[in-house]
Amino acid sequence: MKPVMSVEIGSLKLRNPVMTASGTFGYGKEFSQYVDLEKIGAFVTKGLSLKPRAGNPTPRIVETPGGMLNAIGLQNVGIDAFVQKKVPFLRSVNTPAIANFFGYTPDEYAELASRLDAIPEVAALEVNISCPNVKQGGIVFGTDPNCAASVVAACRAATKKTLIVKLSPNVTDIVEMAQACEGAGADALSVINTLTGMAIDLERRRPVLANVTGGLSGPAIKPVALRMVWQVAKAVKVPVIGIGGIMSATDALEFILAGATAVQVGTASFVNPGAAQEIAEGMEQWLAERGIADIKSLIGALEG
Amino acid sequence: MQFKAMILDNAEVSPGYWRMRMTAPAEMLEAKPGQFVMVRVNPSIDPLIRRPFGVFDVGTLQPAYTGAVPQPYLEILYRVVGKGTGMLSTLHENDILDILGPLGTGFDNGPSGEEKLIVGGGVGLAPLYLLAKELVKDSPVRLFAGGRTKDDVLCITEFERLGVECYTATEDGSLGECGLVTKVLEQRLDATANKGQIFACGPHGMLKAVAGIGAKRSVKTQVSLEGYMACGMGACLGCVCQGAEHSADNPDYRCVCTEGPVFEAAELKWEGN
Repeated sequence: MKPVMSVEIGSLKLRNPVMTASGTFGYGKEFSQYVDLEKIGAFVTKGLSLKPRAGNPTPRIVETPGGMLNAIGLQNVGIDAFVQKKVPFLRSVNTPAIANFFGYTPDEYAELASRLDAIPEVAALEVNISCPNVKQGGIVFGTDPNCAASVVAACRAATKKTLIVKLSPNVTDIVEMAQACEGAGADALSVINTLTGMAIDLERRRPVLANVTGGLSGPAIKPVALRMVWQVAKAVKVPVIGIGGIMSATDALEFILAGATAVQVGTASFVNPGAAQEIAEGMEQWLAERGIADIKSLIGALEG
Repeated sequence: MQFKAMILDNAEVSPGYWRMRMTAPAEMLEAKPGQFVMVRVNPSIDPLIRRPFGVFDVGTLQPAYTGAVPQPYLEILYRVVGKGTGMLSTLHENDILDILGPLGTGFDNGPSGEEKLIVGGGVGLAPLYLLAKELVKDSPVRLFAGGRTKDDVLCITEFERLGVECYTATEDGSLGECGLVTKVLEQRLDATANKGQIFACGPHGMLKAVAGIGAKRSVKTQVSLEGYMACGMGACLGCVCQGAEHSADNPDYRCVCTEGPVFEAAELKWEGN
């Protein structure tokens, strides 16, 4: 018996709960040689801004035990080039494309939300209020519940599409942030973005990254992510998308048990470009082997 | 292309430098000089990220016995610098690696018949052997290989076997000219009144010097860059370098993995970098 793998995030229907995380999958096309995009639930674009952004100086990434630090600085083509150069590919793929975006003021967030709302190929919006690597953009909105609510409310007013808010783990109380975003109209919450970290070159007595600090991702952050997904899922009614160090189908299923309705695969796609598809297939196989009829029966089914 | 490769040979060719041969699909034979592969050192999470290596050589092993099939292979040349390459050097024949590639944009071979000046520093020779193999088919080729000591000058015999005229320079004088390899390159350019094209790979300081020589003498120069990258396919944006017109106000970052690793030196910004 083939298990039912489809889930819903707001009005968005996914054939399975596996998406790719923003910033780890380009604009989809980069990975099309390695992943059958129609075997995953959705893919999320690199974060978009109104104007193109060049990003930070190098070095931008460094490997750390079980993970990596990045300080790319939200380099992206900007919304105009996205529409001209990237959207045509999205049209050719029968899988929802979710546009991740960020701004510097609530007005900018709203303008982007409105422009993305008008693009039929964009199935849903994921608003980034949590980038740790850009001084003005993102993080300020991601650490204060009132600021977060104002940004989310501005975006909510600008789009009828499913609005997902990506939360930062770099806060004292992620539940407070989650509730603020839910209250302001978010349809779903992505939990979590990267954890702020640092690497030091001992001999040179310097930080390894040009930006000094960066966002930690990969298997090293999975326990933190699981805990936060579990906390948030208990405290909100909207679906939670679990993110953080998912490398395998069993990792993904742990997030589902903790309360996530769907998951995003990030750093794993760098290590193995086919990871998202393999994880989706592995989850289905895991359910089939145990005679579990529907993935939805596992959401938040953690016992004890 | 993603494939599993079986190691056929993994040997230290000079202290700290290793050469690995592994099986590859026939498509790998189409790899252009200058392209690279991303190697997953092992299936665990430490090291997590793949390591990029220039394609040193590709070829086909003839059947070892009647009825066996020819086996295409891929070779990389690497220096042990950290955990990933350290672990790679402990692998043996019959061990399996996961490979992505060939990736990136390779060298433009340039017009046939024209003199080709290949400049390599240390392990920077890695992508230059396959290039030399291609170039000798229709052009006179000279190699300028440099390193700190004679241990850092690799695989000269292999280049000589191709019919490449080799010049060496070491900073301690233990092999060839004492000093920088760029000095030897300039001597040749003086002798030929700046004829030919330059192809270079090596440490940043050497590339910068070579780019300066190419610019000053109006000799077309291509450089192959190293970049710290996570994906190798233009998604992580970790490995970018600066285009010639880059400035804080008018940024121009190029992906080493997809737009390179080979660039025309004149397209890149060298001052301040």
